[in-house]
Amino acid sequence: MSIDLLQDFFGLFGLPRRFRIDEAALEFAYHDLQGRVHPDRFAHLPDSEKRLSMQWATQVNEGFRTLRKPLSRATYLLELMGVDAGLHTNTAMSPAFLMEQMEWREAVEEARAAGEAEELAQLHTRLRQHSREVFDELARQCDDEHDYSAAAETLRRLMFMEKLQHEIDDALEALES
Amino acid sequence: MALLQIAEPGLSTEPHKHRLAVGIDLGTTNSLVATVRNGIAVCLVDEEGRAMLPSIVRYHADGRVEVGRSAAVAHATDPRNTIISVKRFMGRGLKDVAYIESMPYDFVDAGGMLRLRTVQGVKSPVEVSAEVLKVLAARAQASLAGELTGAVITVPAYFDDAQRQATKDAAKLAGINVLRLLNEPTAAAVAYGLDNAAEGVYAVYDLGGGTFDLSILKLSRGIFEVLATNGDAALGGDDFDHRLFCWALDQSEIDPPSSEDARRLLLKAREAKELLTACEEASIKAALGSGEKVDLVVTRDQFADMTKHLVQKTVAPMRKVLRDAGLAPEDIKGVVMVGGATRMPHVQRAVAEFFGQEPLTNLDPDKVVALGAAIQANVLAGNRKDEEDWLLLDVIPLSLGLEMMGGLTEKVVPRNSTLPIARAQEFTTYKDGQTAMAFHVVQGERELVADCRSLARFELRGIPPMAAGAARIRVTFQVDADGLLSVSAREMSSGVEASVLVKPSYGLTDDEIAGMLRDGVERASEDIDARALREQQVEADRVIEATLVALEQDGDLLSAEERAAIDAAIGEARETAAGHDPRAIKRSTEALSRATNEFAARRMDKSIRQALAGHKVDEIQV
Repeated sequence: MSIDLLQDFFGLFGLPRRFRIDEAALEFAYHDLQGRVHPDRFAHLPDSEKRLSMQWATQVNEGFRTLRKPLSRATYLLELMGVDAGLHTNTAMSPAFLMEQMEWREAVEEARAAGEAEELAQLHTRLRQHSREVFDELARQCDDEHDYSAAAETLRRLMFMEKLQHEIDDALEALES
Repeated sequence: MALLQIAEPGLSTEPHKHRLAVGIDLGTTNSLVATVRNGIAVCLVDEEGRAMLPSIVRYHADGRVEVGRSAAVAHATDPRNTIISVKRFMGRGLKDVAYIESMPYDFVDAGGMLRLRTVQGVKSPVEVSAEVLKVLAARAQASLAGELTGAVITVPAYFDDAQRQATKDAAKLAGINVLRLLNEPTAAAVAYGLDNAAEGVYAVYDLGGGTFDLSILKLSRGIFEVLATNGDAALGGDDFDHRLFCWALDQSEIDPPSSEDARRLLLKAREAKELLTACEEASIKAALGSGEKVDLVVTRDQFADMTKHLVQKTVAPMRKVLRDAGLAPEDIKGVVMVGGATRMPHVQRAVAEFFGQEPLTNLDPDKVVALGAAIQANVLAGNRKDEEDWLLLDVIPLSLGLEMMGGLTEKVVPRNSTLPIARAQEFTTYKDGQTAMAFHVVQGERELVADCRSLARFELRGIPPMAAGAARIRVTFQVDADGLLSVSAREMSSGVEASVLVKPSYGLTDDEIAGMLRDGVERASEDIDARALREQQVEADRVIEATLVALEQDGDLLSAEERAAIDAAIGEARETAAGHDPRAIKRSTEALSRATNEFAARRMDKSIRQALAGHKVDEIQV
């Protein structure tokens, strides 16, 4: 009965199936939907309705979480388009990209070993800047060129960068504490 | 707004609709109960006009249980049977509690949650907390002159699953219907935000008697969205008292004191701490039972200096919570201070320094949590008015995970996920014909299981026998709006629902709670059957009323045939509810519930479609 709505998160939030989204519209729709389905609206009602509310609120949260972050949004979009991004199986990368990654990693390792929080913070900012550019590329491939297999490779690169970003954050946190 | 209550107590302007609901702040040191009266949240007071009930429970040899100020009198003379700060023991084992060796209790370590041996036998912290809750519930019933629909009970945001479950169990023992467990800083944000029509990103710094929370909330168009939370579930005003107490012992060169003397001196230390909020110095004077005398003067600077490591312990969570929220101190529009311990000037200074702004101290830090809980309770009970269109979106404070090979944690639900949330993970069997599997659920951020909190071990049974690796068992973690976890499992290829046997690591089993409930009812010489009957009748009324309202709003979603079936089920439920057979009432209530399942699903769909239609209109306007 509710299957058509559940089919995809873009539909649930009334958004077109694209990588570039109107973030304000997503948030507005999220709040509006939670206002209708959240368990707090059903606390005085019978258990069967509470259960229904919890299922829907869980689904709405999951959808919002998936669409809000560009990485999970792209993964989800490619999945909808029937493209297996091969995030876990396909680790083949261009040699140039792998080289670049190694250089990043070495820089992080050096800064960490030397306890240079300032340097790490700078690496953090630079990497973020760089990944923004790669995200722009991803957006072009998805929304303008509709070249989803190229997008899948870009996405895999972004996953690598995300992991690196986490490593920098962890190193920073370790230095602070 | 009318300040005088004109209606008779218990009678509201809409007697058929208004339900009595309260917010309860079950604190480490003090507890409060509040309600919304004529649209205004107020704390309910005792016969002497006091809102705060000291969270102190004394067990007497003759079977009496004393709670609050009168129990506090015996604080130093009967410390073994006079339990203070029991919140620190909720969902905790003996190993988890700080400076337990200096506590005067007769602890029982049976593994799992610790117990206390009193003149009335062995008590769980859950039972002790239930005594405090009973007094507050009785105060509410007397003051509101009616039956309570339910209560919102606050918990520290950083409470883990075991501590939350223990709190909910305590309410159950006290006979209170829990509408929601609400995080303390979130409750404070509601009271503050609604009062000041606040918009923007706020931090709530909540240092209570025994717990510290820091939450970051985004307030926008009536949505209170928690972005991240952090804290320390074992840090609070108590620790400042204890530090001053140790200092006093040290200065007076007193050997380890007796339990009685320790309590006496601890109380003096607390008084001195409170004095130092307003004065530059305070004296600590006590004549001990040992004949020794304590006669000291402590200055504000000395106190700040000896407790600065405690204040420092709140700084790391502040940094972490901002990182989790992806924000910097300057993004915070205001810092709301909650909890009696935030009165200490050096705490306020540290917060001001970190955020680069003076914290907001215009609210009563003792009452704001209870008031926020009351506002939430009023809405949850179904008294929401159209203009009260606000909503809370809270998060889970600590990640949930499973133990994997080698004692490593696999995170299943990450911290700061918005509730409710569900996450599934698939597992397979490793032996031919294997029909059972064991899991260990933990909570925390560390990689090693040993460094996380053990929540429960559970076992799946009834997996259909298959070749090793052929079964696909999908384990689903569901965390509800109270922040409580439930686990379900299904074998995917056969569709068989495996039964889940949960053994809580630091909690009470259903049987233990049932036993305590029975004991309690016997002691109160209450008729257990009468209680069961009343509970079923209340539930039946609730379901009937909800169905009638739904029919009135959306009856057109039903065919004549479907409508007739529901009407018949209502008639049946009404008829049995007028009788005296609790089981028959339960059966007919459940039948009515089942009869309306499809109707409820359609109503939900309609509501969601309306939301979608609304977005489309917005898009056209833009």
